[in-house]
Amino acid sequence: MSFFARFAQNRGALVGLVILLAIVLMAILAPLLYPESPWRMVQRPFLAPLEAEGFWLGTDTMGRDVAAGLMHGAWVSLLIGLISTSVALLIGVPLGAVAGYYGGLIDDALMRFTEFFQTIPNFALAIVLVAIMQPSVASIVLAIAIVSWPPVARLVRAEFMSLRHREYVEAARLVGQTNRTIILKQILPNTLSPIIVLASLMVATAILLESALSFLGLGDPNVMSWGYMIGAARTVIRQAWWLSFFPGVAILLTVLALNLVGEGLDDALNPKLARERS
Amino acid sequence: MNDNTPVLSIRGLTLALPQGADRDYAVEDVSYDVARGEIMCVVGESGSGKSMAANAVMGLLPKGVRPTAGEVLFDGQDLLTLSEKQHRQLRGLRIGMIFQEPMTALNPLMRVGAQIAEVFEAHGKYSGSERQEKALALLEEVGIPQPERAIRAYPFQLSGGQRQRVMIAMALALEPELLIADEPTTALDVTTQAQILELIRDLQKRRGMAVMFITHDFGVVAEVATRVCVMRFGQIVELGMADEVLDNPRHDYTRALLEAIPSNRVPEARGGERPAPLLEVRNLNKVFRSRGGLFKPAREVRALDDVSFTLAPGETVGIVGESGSGKSTLGRCVVRLERPDSGTLALAGTDFSALRGDVLRRERHRVQMIFQDPYASLNPRHRVGYAIAQGPMANGVPKDKAMRQAEELLELVGLGAVAVDRFPHEFSGGQRQRIGIARALALNPELIVADEAVSALDVSIQAQVLELLEELKQKLSLSLLFITHDLRVAAQICDTIIVMQQGRIVEQGTAQEVFLNPREAYTRQLLDAIPGRAHEAAMA
Repeated sequence: MSFFARFAQNRGALVGLVILLAIVLMAILAPLLYPESPWRMVQRPFLAPLEAEGFWLGTDTMGRDVAAGLMHGAWVSLLIGLISTSVALLIGVPLGAVAGYYGGLIDDALMRFTEFFQTIPNFALAIVLVAIMQPSVASIVLAIAIVSWPPVARLVRAEFMSLRHREYVEAARLVGQTNRTIILKQILPNTLSPIIVLASLMVATAILLESALSFLGLGDPNVMSWGYMIGAARTVIRQAWWLSFFPGVAILLTVLALNLVGEGLDDALNPKLARERS
Repeated sequence: MNDNTPVLSIRGLTLALPQGADRDYAVEDVSYDVARGEIMCVVGESGSGKSMAANAVMGLLPKGVRPTAGEVLFDGQDLLTLSEKQHRQLRGLRIGMIFQEPMTALNPLMRVGAQIAEVFEAHGKYSGSERQEKALALLEEVGIPQPERAIRAYPFQLSGGQRQRVMIAMALALEPELLIADEPTTALDVTTQAQILELIRDLQKRRGMAVMFITHDFGVVAEVATRVCVMRFGQIVELGMADEVLDNPRHDYTRALLEAIPSNRVPEARGGERPAPLLEVRNLNKVFRSRGGLFKPAREVRALDDVSFTLAPGETVGIVGESGSGKSTLGRCVVRLERPDSGTLALAGTDFSALRGDVLRRERHRVQMIFQDPYASLNPRHRVGYAIAQGPMANGVPKDKAMRQAEELLELVGLGAVAVDRFPHEFSGGQRQRIGIARALALNPELIVADEAVSALDVSIQAQVLELLEELKQKLSLSLLFITHDLRVAAQICDTIIVMQQGRIVEQGTAQEVFLNPREAYTRQLLDAIPGRAHEAAMA
């Protein structure tokens, strides 16, 4: 059975994939459907959804088109979520793997280093980092990655510690495999399930973190993001609910879709589950 | 003793398994009685449904399993129709039970006395102080040393045998008419097993209870059974008095099971000169230290204490001992998964214990290991062919050649080359152990260490795997270090036997010497504890 067929057996994962594809499509089509900048003021402010022809999600406090912002913002939110998570995984997984596999002094050193990051509240650190580096997409991605890798390292370390004494790992040592091969081929594949689940949650938190940063005015001033839209609408939430509602729903759907897809990937990658279902 | 009134009578019991299971019924049309004053042994291999009827009696059927026909009569009452509440009334009060793993069956955070008192409390019997007195009396009855101290102990402070005694005390607390024992001695050492069996037999006689004893071990059956019920695939194969079934089995399956028991037959001694040893172990020591904390002293366990022996090429040396004897540590030192503290391990001249790092890694192919747990020793994410080819690949053999070799090896261990593309979980325990053997052979090692390689398997499978090892030994002239707690298994395959106790070698000699003329008291004690030994001697 192909990988996709196994993935598709999880109904929820398929729904998640469809939602995710729709959001990606939104991001791709944005420049075609709304060729003008989403920052441009196009109509009178505070138009409610469907009130005026062509502005089916209404306009915001400055008369900018909410639909245009939503479509352009999809690109930024997804980009930031995916890239920052990948960077966090690139830092956290090797660190945790090495700490958990070798133990002893190496483990102590790496874990103290990790704790150094964990003792500072995530969001405060992210704010400081973005403020120092000047708000831009790159600095936001980096800041989010730097605050979110410690849990990955902790998780991977714990998994490695419990797996390194398994008989199959000992068997691999006995046949003379190098430590590198054992880490990459024997143990890492068996830690994939929790990593995937964690990663899908991290993409979601990254999107939320970016939203929070934009909400505080620390977003990239040149790109429209969902977080900025919600942030800008917070003062008028009672007069113009649609300004925060639509970007909020977009974030909710994206996060939900990512979780569903993560779960489906986990099932599809697990050879045991896959065969049992077939 | 046997007055033949059945306490429990199972009539045409059929239990349906949920859809998608590997068969439709857990047990099918099963009928047997358990009478007052007898021990009814239900024997079968794993998956035979031997525990299912007992679960039905106790009202503890797993989810999805439901009775579709038949009845379970206890004192004239059909247990299958009882509500959960009525069942609870019966459990403990009139039906006692003992499980396989006493550590998990006891609450780790409760003192032993309180756990026994809880049994009385659950059924509203006696006052607080009376309960403690009763608990003490029970602990005395089940023969726990220093019962006054044991009553205040936590389960982890007791040994496995003592914990099982506590379980028995709890089961007997309310003087049940029926005692159900589900593999009560499987997790125990031979000597402890012999003591527990003795205790169960003794208590049964004294109290005149009916006992339903579930086991996979015919040796145990020979020790305790009044009557025997042999099960396979959820059906009764044979039912009769113990002597009859054991001496004149009518059914082929029973006969096969009886023959599969590793017997005490001792292999012929090999004559001739002993060639230069392949493995020479000299004064090996290993101490495990647990780091002490602020308030607890560091603990030291001497796992290996000045161990020396030799192994000749083509020879099979058996290391026998109870848990904690250091036999596994010895095996792990020989394959260098552990580093001995001192002493030498000379493998055909090179000192294996001195090697380190990359040099050690490159030499590792010379000694391989067959692991105990067929479920944990194969990476669940790797296909079987790859699992076997990994070794040669790590030592520089190109991938396609290694994969071809893996196919040949799978043929050799009797699985067929088609197995290469399958995942470990698609195989049974015995088949996985064959894969483990193929993996060990893949590197053409000079020495193979088998650590309890057949202990986790059913008897008939065990016999097949032992046969395979024997065959491979002849064909490839393997040298084997065979570690086991089971003397019967050791007797079957080993040329030389080493008996270990608390990290020290107590006795070593040829299999014949050790089995027929044991010099040390401890060896004799181990041999006497083998279940079914008396029966076999009578047969001979």
